[in-house]
Amino acid sequence: MPIMNDVPSALLEGQHLSKSFGPVEVLSDVSVALRGGEVHAVIGENGAGKSTLMKILAGHLAPTLGSIVMDGQPVVFSGPVDAERRGIVLVHQEILLAPHLTVAQNIFMGRELRHGISVDDREMNRLARAALENLGADISPSSVVSRLSIAQRQLVQIARALQVPHRVAIFDEPTASLTPHETEALLKVIRDLKAKGTAVLYISHRLQEVAAIADRITILRDGKHIATREGAELTPMDMARLMVGRDMSHLYPDRPPAATAEPILDVRHITVPGYASDASFSVRPGEILGFAGLVGAGRTELLEGVVGLRPHRGEIRLKGEPVAFHSVRESMRRGVVYLSEDRKGKGLLLTRDLPTNLTLAALNHFVRGPLLDRAKEDAALDEAIGEFDIRAPRKDMLAGQLSGGNQQKLLLAKMMLLDPEVVVIDEPTRGIDIGTKQQIYKFIAELANKGKAVIVISSEMQELLGICHRILVMHGGRIAGEVSGETMTEGDIVVYATGVKTQAAATPAAAAAM
Amino acid sequence: MTETTAKDGLKRFNLSASRIDMAAVAPFVALVVLLVAGTFVNDNFLSVNNLVNVITRAAFTAIIGVGATFVISAGGLDLSVGSMTAFVASLMIMFLNTGIFADPFTMLIAGVVVAIGLGAVCGLGNGLIVTVGRIEPFIATLGTMGVLRGLTTWLSQGGSITLQNSDVETLYHPVYFGEILGIPVPVIFILATAAIGAFLLYRTPYGRHVVAVGSNEDVARYSGIAVGRVRTVTYIIQGLCVGIAVLLYVPRLSASNATTGLLWELQAITAVVVGGTALRGGVGRIWGTICGAFILEIVGNIMLLSNFISEYLIGAVQGAIIIVAMLVQRSLMRRT
Repeated sequence: MPIMNDVPSALLEGQHLSKSFGPVEVLSDVSVALRGGEVHAVIGENGAGKSTLMKILAGHLAPTLGSIVMDGQPVVFSGPVDAERRGIVLVHQEILLAPHLTVAQNIFMGRELRHGISVDDREMNRLARAALENLGADISPSSVVSRLSIAQRQLVQIARALQVPHRVAIFDEPTASLTPHETEALLKVIRDLKAKGTAVLYISHRLQEVAAIADRITILRDGKHIATREGAELTPMDMARLMVGRDMSHLYPDRPPAATAEPILDVRHITVPGYASDASFSVRPGEILGFAGLVGAGRTELLEGVVGLRPHRGEIRLKGEPVAFHSVRESMRRGVVYLSEDRKGKGLLLTRDLPTNLTLAALNHFVRGPLLDRAKEDAALDEAIGEFDIRAPRKDMLAGQLSGGNQQKLLLAKMMLLDPEVVVIDEPTRGIDIGTKQQIYKFIAELANKGKAVIVISSEMQELLGICHRILVMHGGRIAGEVSGETMTEGDIVVYATGVKTQAAATPAAAAAM
Repeated sequence: MTETTAKDGLKRFNLSASRIDMAAVAPFVALVVLLVAGTFVNDNFLSVNNLVNVITRAAFTAIIGVGATFVISAGGLDLSVGSMTAFVASLMIMFLNTGIFADPFTMLIAGVVVAIGLGAVCGLGNGLIVTVGRIEPFIATLGTMGVLRGLTTWLSQGGSITLQNSDVETLYHPVYFGEILGIPVPVIFILATAAIGAFLLYRTPYGRHVVAVGSNEDVARYSGIAVGRVRTVTYIIQGLCVGIAVLLYVPRLSASNATTGLLWELQAITAVVVGGTALRGGVGRIWGTICGAFILEIVGNIMLLSNFISEYLIGAVQGAIIIVAMLVQRSLMRRT
């Protein structure tokens, strides 16, 4: 039944969509209309149904109830390829590229251009280069994908999706791994799409971005449609409140009092070949130290070097004693743990169950004689679920079935089993909804309250400003400067992160020694 | 909260039963089906005599398969086990022939130590080439396979190496042909090896590490697991299993030659895969491997006893089995 209205007609509409998997209803009577030349954002907590809605509109899933209408005609997609052929493209959140092939080969995978009977690499490289430049990406089309960073791969993925003729473009968390500069470039691409009359569906947890780009915003909660408003009407705070159903003004917990004890970890002149050089810093018990910087600044690699995951040179002192961490086992044994930013690739075994994942780094605490104590592992899981509020509807589920936020909480619980004194968390809230973010910030503050030294690496400056006592900013592999104090702002960070300013020789290590 | 826990408990049992056990139970179901089919083919099939013979012949594949389960669960592969068997068997016989110890019992014990030790050393060699040499297991063990087979051919000068020491031979004979409490000794070897392997894989921290390394090597490393050491030890375990298999093999013919153990690696890998262990690693099923070894041998036996399939097709049928087993496993996984 066509919907009569006097607003511009929709290119693609989902009408009264419901989706159930067996007895579980994940989407319930949701209607959304995508109009040409408009950016329509869909926001909601993890589990709200955004991803299901997006998959239905892109042809990956069939709705249990309801219908899809395109240009006023009801349609049924036989699959994602069918939807793509009708002009609906989807940029996945997951990177789906062939790592051994080049950028151009990936962009044209399945649609190779031909010159006679052989492939026309020259033309494909040319078009790929143009597409990447359009996205503001400095990537050569003949680079092999496995050598690219996660952020660069995401841009290649976006280039691939937009290469096909399209009238509807759906973006699923496109900026999760992008720098502010790359994000701006992407938003410009989206504005260009808008200008060409494309209907854009934009799913993101970054409410500031949504506020910047969206013409209309739909909020989902628990599979139901809560509201659809004009973008101009809502502030990020309003959006958060609608998403969660409660007041979100206290996103960041009260910062624990500034630490005063002697530094527990003192790092001097650390060089990680190829990534970071001559970095010195220290952190005290009870302090939350942030590492800011653009993607590629070397933050992750520097801290991986410090804990022994990468070859490195330099001096490290733990509680005053010189130590050398040749492997991460050594650092973990000495009470220094590292939570990787790649929680699915390096943090958790997705195809194994929760107790296995929880205890993997601390199995020697769960043995009785030569045997593993399964009962103790299960008890530890119960405790972790209680302490970190890990939402696991079934106890026997696999780690890969948890939502991103719960995976992060599980990873945190896993490392905390080692009772560490220094906790390094890389990108603690990437791809996580605002409700869980609030929880994670609370846990981080609690760690500091209990006297742990916490190092947080993040690409979200607001987050660092909200929870850290001090922030070190890296640029080009070096620590460019330090930002601290009650009045620190994003601007302070950005000038160091972009290399505009470099702090003079009064290094943080010297300051800490005072 | 307590309500959900009780319901959770029941649900958990059902869900575990339906998810995990389907794939694990399948090989045993197949075994039962084969046993039933066998009775239709030939009256003699289900006789104790026949079945005991079949299980005994499956001993080599089964025992080597236990080691292979470890290697494959950790994401590796060992193609050299057949050649290793020939090499270790040849050296053990040559050692026994030296007669260093006058007392045959001491001589035999020394021989056992030599066989097991040599198996472990060969396994260590494989392990180090893979972890320290950073060479892909397929290639590394392809190389050692050639080396060990070549050395065996050289040692035997193209002929066979026979056990000359008749005192030891008489003492050794019952290890393959004898019984303890009515159970053939090889069967006891199978059960003991599998039980120890299962204990190690399922109930110890090391076993958990093996599965973690095979599941995702990066996650294992970032969790503080010594990935290289875990992998090397799986190859040592494989070598030990080869040593145990050799202990059973030598008394059977009291000889070895250049073709001993030929293609045994493929048998072992087939048994492992049919038994439910994933070839890419991350899952290990010891009893499934034993079941897989029995399935292979029983199929051969049925073909031998039947009139309508030529026993010359055994190789073809065993090859087909591995393909069928994969299809069945995949369809079971998708349902859950």
